[in-house]
Amino acid sequence: MRLSYPTNITIIQVPCTGRVDIIHLLNAIEDGADGVYVAGCLEGECHYMTGNLKAKKRVRYVKKVLEELGIEPERVEMFNLSAGEGPRFAEIAREMDKRIRELGPSPINNLKKAV
Amino acid sequence: MIVADRKPIQEILEMVKDCKKVLIVGCKGCVTVCNVGGSKEVGVLAATLKIAFKKEEISIEMDEKTLERQCDPEYVDQLKDMVDDYDGIISMACGVGPQFLSAAYPEQRFFPAVNTTFFGGAVGHGIWEERCAGCGTCVIHYFDGMCPIARCSKSLLNGPCGGSADGKCEISKDLECIWDMIVRKKMEHGRIDDLLEMKPAKDWQTARDGGPRKSVREELANE
Repeated sequence: MRLSYPTNITIIQVPCTGRVDIIHLLNAIEDGADGVYVAGCLEGECHYMTGNLKAKKRVRYVKKVLEELGIEPERVEMFNLSAGEGPRFAEIAREMDKRIRELGPSPINNLKKAV
Repeated sequence: MIVADRKPIQEILEMVKDCKKVLIVGCKGCVTVCNVGGSKEVGVLAATLKIAFKKEEISIEMDEKTLERQCDPEYVDQLKDMVDDYDGIISMACGVGPQFLSAAYPEQRFFPAVNTTFFGGAVGHGIWEERCAGCGTCVIHYFDGMCPIARCSKSLLNGPCGGSADGKCEISKDLECIWDMIVRKKMEHGRIDDLLEMKPAKDWQTARDGGPRKSVREELANE
């Protein structure tokens, strides 16, 4: 289809979104990502039964953590789409890119000298 | 196992706000099993604290370590070569951990990252319930495998009370009345007459009312 989506998005492939843990999302934020999103299969259509539902709970947990720290929880999100929905994948990428641009850079990037 | 909950992040941040180098110590015992203070949770807390400090533009160094247990001196001893390298140490073990660490390393400051809540077990994935109150004199056998000391809101030995309705305790509609369950099980098994025998007031001296407790097993003790 050769669909284009924002080039600033780094894709990390996992066998199932059930593999995505809280620590992975937090590490991305800690390492300076302005936003992170998980693109999982449609609910009820996980090949491993509940992987995407587990990912959804973990995303919700990380949103709560960010909120407690005074960081916009919208920087982390979960999306569901099927592998056949290429146009929707590109649309989500643009949607997330727009959202993060509106929020601006992550407040943790203010510290010039990284730990 | 001992069940605990992670303290709110702001409370932990307040504890270590003046530290420049912090060690987070987990425990592979009970708190690993109830997913609150094992190596995975140590990693999550470290990442969360790093994000919080970076946001405030504060530079802090943080290391992670998980001991086999924090309630045995031989494992606590494993920190001896590193304990002086930090301004403060966060323990993710139950309340026993920070105390054993403090006793072993009196010069260092130890901060608890969890609130120790009860002795219990997992009734579902991610759900734990209280089952034992550690009263020091087990009476479970009188009540067909259910402990009214830990599971009745009033710890009644002769129940149920008037607050039991439709199998629920009056303090919460989500809480089963353990006395309702005891009576039903006794009836089902034809042992309801057991409950005609009044249980006298419990001797609470073996519980916390007798002061802090100590257990000495002479066949094991070195001295």
